[in-house]
Amino acid sequence: MSVLEITNLHATVDTPEGTKEILKGVDLTIRGGETHAIMGPNGSGKSTLAYALAGHPKYQITEGSVTLDGEDVLEMSVDERARAGVFLAMQYPVEVPGVTVSNFLRTAKTAVDGEAPSLRTWVKDVKGAMDDLRMDPVFAERNVNEGFSGGEKKRHEILQMQLLKPSIAILDETDSGLDVDALRIVSEGVNRAKENTEVGIMLITHYTRILNYVKPDFVHVFVNGRIAEQGGPELAERLENEGYDRFLAAAN
Amino acid sequence: MTTSTTEGTETTQERSDGEIVGGAAGAAPVAARATIDGLAPVAPQLEDERLTLPADGPAKHAATSRAARPRSFELGDHPVPTSKIEEWRFTPLRRFTSLFQDDATEDGAVDHAVTVPEGAPEASTLAIGEAPRGTALVPEDLTAAIASARTEQALHLVAPRNAELAEPFRVEITGRGADRRANGHLVLETEESSTATFVLNHTGSAQYAQNVEMIVGDNSRMTVIALQDWDDDALHISTHHAKLGRDAKLKHIVVSLGGSAVRVNAIGEFSAPGAELENTGLYFADENQFLEHRLFVDHAAPNCTSDVAYKGALQGQKARSVWVGDVLIRKEAEGTSTYELNRNLVLTEGARADSVPNLEIETGEIEGAGHAAATGRFDDEQLFYLRARGIPEKEARRLVVRGFFAELIQKIDVPEIREHLFESIEAELTRSMN
Ligand SMILES: Nc1ncnc2c1ncn2[C@@H]1O[C@H](COP(=O)(O)OP(=O)(O)OP(=O)(O)O)[C@@H](O)[C@H]1O
Ligand SMILES: [Mg+2]
Repeated sequence: MSVLEITNLHATVDTPEGTKEILKGVDLTIRGGETHAIMGPNGSGKSTLAYALAGHPKYQITEGSVTLDGEDVLEMSVDERARAGVFLAMQYPVEVPGVTVSNFLRTAKTAVDGEAPSLRTWVKDVKGAMDDLRMDPVFAERNVNEGFSGGEKKRHEILQMQLLKPSIAILDETDSGLDVDALRIVSEGVNRAKENTEVGIMLITHYTRILNYVKPDFVHVFVNGRIAEQGGPELAERLENEGYDRFLAAAN
Repeated sequence: MTTSTTEGTETTQERSDGEIVGGAAGAAPVAARATIDGLAPVAPQLEDERLTLPADGPAKHAATSRAARPRSFELGDHPVPTSKIEEWRFTPLRRFTSLFQDDATEDGAVDHAVTVPEGAPEASTLAIGEAPRGTALVPEDLTAAIASARTEQALHLVAPRNAELAEPFRVEITGRGADRRANGHLVLETEESSTATFVLNHTGSAQYAQNVEMIVGDNSRMTVIALQDWDDDALHISTHHAKLGRDAKLKHIVVSLGGSAVRVNAIGEFSAPGAELENTGLYFADENQFLEHRLFVDHAAPNCTSDVAYKGALQGQKARSVWVGDVLIRKEAEGTSTYELNRNLVLTEGARADSVPNLEIETGEIEGAGHAAATGRFDDEQLFYLRARGIPEKEARRLVVRGFFAELIQKIDVPEIREHLFESIEAELTRSMN
């Protein structure tokens, strides 16, 4: 079982106006099998946390540490992190023209496993996972994210999670912009991964709606670059009723 | 006469510490965006205009209309190129000096090995002035005039009337030394209702002035694939001139990967209604390499269609590409449909791409006309996305560049050339990444 340990993480980004600190001391531990919901207002730094963990070059880590099973994640390159088991479902997945989904998935799977998957089981796995997510088989031959609707992009992210079997999955607003049906399909995908693997999940969201489908073990309130409060599922309900005002006032 | 010229936004992109230099001649740089440490993403910018009607008002560029360019076999009618002349303003003239000199071909400087497919007559030759030589290509610049005057016997390859040639004609053009000067003139012809493919493969090295004349007969289908696979020190200026008959189809493909400095000027002329021209181009400029592609599509007949798509990648210090696409829709060319596209992918710092689409419209009765040009840096967000799935950086870059060209390579009907191209691109990438 994997453990991702984030300690006092600070990160900055360079802007035309100068260097700006966005993460201001994040402490969080995620164990395999656990689901942590991260909720917080726009601009509080949730995506930055996700990107920083995945190793996006835009963000500089200025303080703190991140380890996965004791290994220093911050020392790893972007692709090494993914191969170590960290997966990031992105809030805004980018298009990759000329690269088909099927080619992309196979290349990624080969990279993550260190060997090409056996052709027969792989084709079946992909087809099965696409079926589960109600994705038309034609998607396999389309270019990665090109012309995908918002909901299709999110399903495609979960498809990758299902196939790559990470030990830690960070889902950045995978629920945003989905209608109820799509939300259910995507949530089922997440729950399947939880059942079948020991994945630890960081579920970043604005809305409590997804928490009706994917049950969190912990809820964290993320405000102004750090975790302001944490609790169990009941905290989500309180946020639903009270909003973030209390935390925002405290943070300022 | 109403004329409207839309000079598409001319773009220039240089990559050096994320600094982007705008184009000349008062055109707005398309890709001007601040970047941070060369790391912030700059998605390829797209300038897209679709015109369906001529604009009112005076013709801004009437004086320099593409139609006004003189055509002549006389060397004296063509000025020696200077950078003040519009069509040469991007070209490194000093590098090409030898190709502006009226020199004869040195013995054995360039070999032509011809393979003729079953169903076609043996290769023959045409003397200067012997038709159909000179019926399509009349030189529009000095180098073309020299190449014509200095080639006494032009190679003539013909697909006979109604013939469907399954295999391509192949011309292996091999340069025998970077210091050796050569001239060449080829005449490719598809007679009425025939189908044929011509592959011109340039390898080795030379200083080569070349004309390729294409006579696309009524209702025939011609495919031409010109591969500039030269060694690193070759110089090559080539004028391709096609004349399309009624209901004719030409698929014209230019692939420039090798050479020190290469300039290909491809002209397509519609002489009768119902014809179709597809211009595809692919180039990959390396360190110190100069690759220029110019197109002129002359819609001089009604109901013709043209579709231009050129894509280029650049890498390394002083890698340089120029693309200029002129489309003229003449008054009589009603029912024209045309689209042109140029995309450039600047992979490293120190490389520069210029892109100038140019549409001149003299009639309002057209189906559609548009152009798009974009020059983008390598998209770091794409790279991040692929790497975040465990794909190592080199492989991720390879996927993206392959993907960038894939759509064009798929258009090439000769499988072994397709395969060869994927391999060549892979080799180019490997070179840059080690
Ligand atoms: N590359 C960047 N340049 C400048 N500012 C940035 C950059 N990336 C993030 N920021 C700023 O950092 C702050 C946090 O952004 P982030 O995207 O992490 O927030 P978020 O909590 O994910 O918001 P949302 O709920 O809207 O997705 C914002 O103020 C944002 O504008
Ligand atoms: Mg966000």
